[in-house]
Amino acid sequence: MLAMNYRGPYRVRAAHKAEPEIEHPDDAIVRVTRSCICGSDLHLYHGLVPDTRVGTTFGHEFTGVVEAVGSAVQHLKPGDHVLVPFNIFCGICYFCQKELYSNCHETNPEATAVGGIYGYSHTTGGYDGGQAEYVRVPMADVGPTVIPPDMDVDDAVLLTDALPTGYQAAEMGDIEEGDTVVIFGAGPVGIFAAKSAWLLGAGRVIVVDHIEYRLQFVRQYAQCEVIDFKQVGDMAIHIKKMTEGLGADVCIDCVGCEAAGSFAHTLLGVKLKLQGGAATVLHWCINSVRKGGRVSIVGVYGPTFNAVPIGNALNKGLTLRMNQASVKRHLPRLIEHIQAGRIDPKRVITHRIDLCDVADAYHLFSSKLDNCIKTVLVPPASLAA
Amino acid sequence: MIITDTQEQSPARDADRHAHIVGWGADLDHANRPAYPMERTPPRLPHPVDAPEQQHSYVEVLCSTERPGITRIFGTTLPPAGLSGWLRRHAFRHSENDLRRWMLLLLADRVNVGEGLVEDLSRGHVPNLYAEMGGRAELRHNPMGAARKAAIGVGVLALVALSVKRRRRRSR
Repeated sequence: MLAMNYRGPYRVRAAHKAEPEIEHPDDAIVRVTRSCICGSDLHLYHGLVPDTRVGTTFGHEFTGVVEAVGSAVQHLKPGDHVLVPFNIFCGICYFCQKELYSNCHETNPEATAVGGIYGYSHTTGGYDGGQAEYVRVPMADVGPTVIPPDMDVDDAVLLTDALPTGYQAAEMGDIEEGDTVVIFGAGPVGIFAAKSAWLLGAGRVIVVDHIEYRLQFVRQYAQCEVIDFKQVGDMAIHIKKMTEGLGADVCIDCVGCEAAGSFAHTLLGVKLKLQGGAATVLHWCINSVRKGGRVSIVGVYGPTFNAVPIGNALNKGLTLRMNQASVKRHLPRLIEHIQAGRIDPKRVITHRIDLCDVADAYHLFSSKLDNCIKTVLVPPASLAA
Repeated sequence: MIITDTQEQSPARDADRHAHIVGWGADLDHANRPAYPMERTPPRLPHPVDAPEQQHSYVEVLCSTERPGITRIFGTTLPPAGLSGWLRRHAFRHSENDLRRWMLLLLADRVNVGEGLVEDLSRGHVPNLYAEMGGRAELRHNPMGAARKAAIGVGVLALVALSVKRRRRRSR
């Protein structure tokens, strides 16, 4: 089968590899119909995530048709068109029993800090991802959700990660009516976090980035205020000036370890890898939020350490909340929002690219060429359909 | 809340103010928030779940020292091999709490890139670095950038050639 194949930092190609097989009675094999490139895939692509082995197939946001199921699978059958949450989870362990599916303790032997994730290095379990024609889907009765018949597959694929992560980012901010919410990052997750902040009753939503076309898009899509951080001096002072000197009620990090905006953090975190990525946005969040405010983090960082102003967080009495999204628990409500027309996820998709051209797709997304916001890879068979 | 006029607004007025935003406040009620509270038991999965049986391992799977044993489910792709595999095995002797584990893994990743090149060449496949790095997309959507990179590349090659030439002259 054709699959994306990682060859090293900034190098990928489409190549043939063996089709996946049922390895466990709870497995399914899914023929992929759509697979997104996520902003966090770029951390792998740039060589920042430890234990990313040459030959890995990335891709944790995908939809597909069930081709085969293992002997223990009871509720999913061949022919079902499913969206597959990026979390691989058992549904039964200590953490799954608390609905912390992203923290599952039974799907990733290689690290305890994170559960299993498709195509996201061996640090998240060593599974191949969905940027391929076929993919192995463990715990098939637990993770995948059959796509409602009236739902566009392009909406469905965004329910596998980007939309639930954006929603959970806003939700972890414990937004109350009228709150001022500042979101760092105008990528797909930041865009959905802005939209979600309104659903949760925010009074004011401000998105910060430095990519002009993305700021224009989010301003129109999410009807929010925007800030180009390159046009302002000190971020914390700027946010305080906008909020009568107090700071925002909620600050949300939707950027993670490759944030621009600080030479020192980029040098130490990205170039020299002496931190788990550039902690620029963590600084901005902690220093821009009001005393007693909430900071929500969904941006991905490396497993080592970051230099953050934790003393300020203490003195300001902040609540810091963070996690990978537990996609499955968000799906029923988010499907309702899409069906009710409150949110239109597929509008963020700017590029649909043949899986054969995966190297161009990654470069396009990574370098933000051609006003790229979200790239979807389509396997040749689905492209022809 | 932080804005004085917002603090004094009634919920109805706040909703009016945002009437142009489709869906504003739909999840204001915490009961509508799917992950509130963050931890809730029992999980609301559509079907009852039985504990999965233990997956059998036919390849080498490295396990965190912070676990009592292997997980019931795991990935089996790309078992450790070669020099990078040796480094990975050493890395996994340290806990996730130990910086050496992560630095060794990053080192193994870089070694693995070299192994990948050797593997390609040994199979008679010369990797097309231009295509693998998205050269076509760069040329199509950022021709000036592509030209700049090409000029830098040519410049670096010229410097290397010049340096080699000088060394040869000196050695004569």
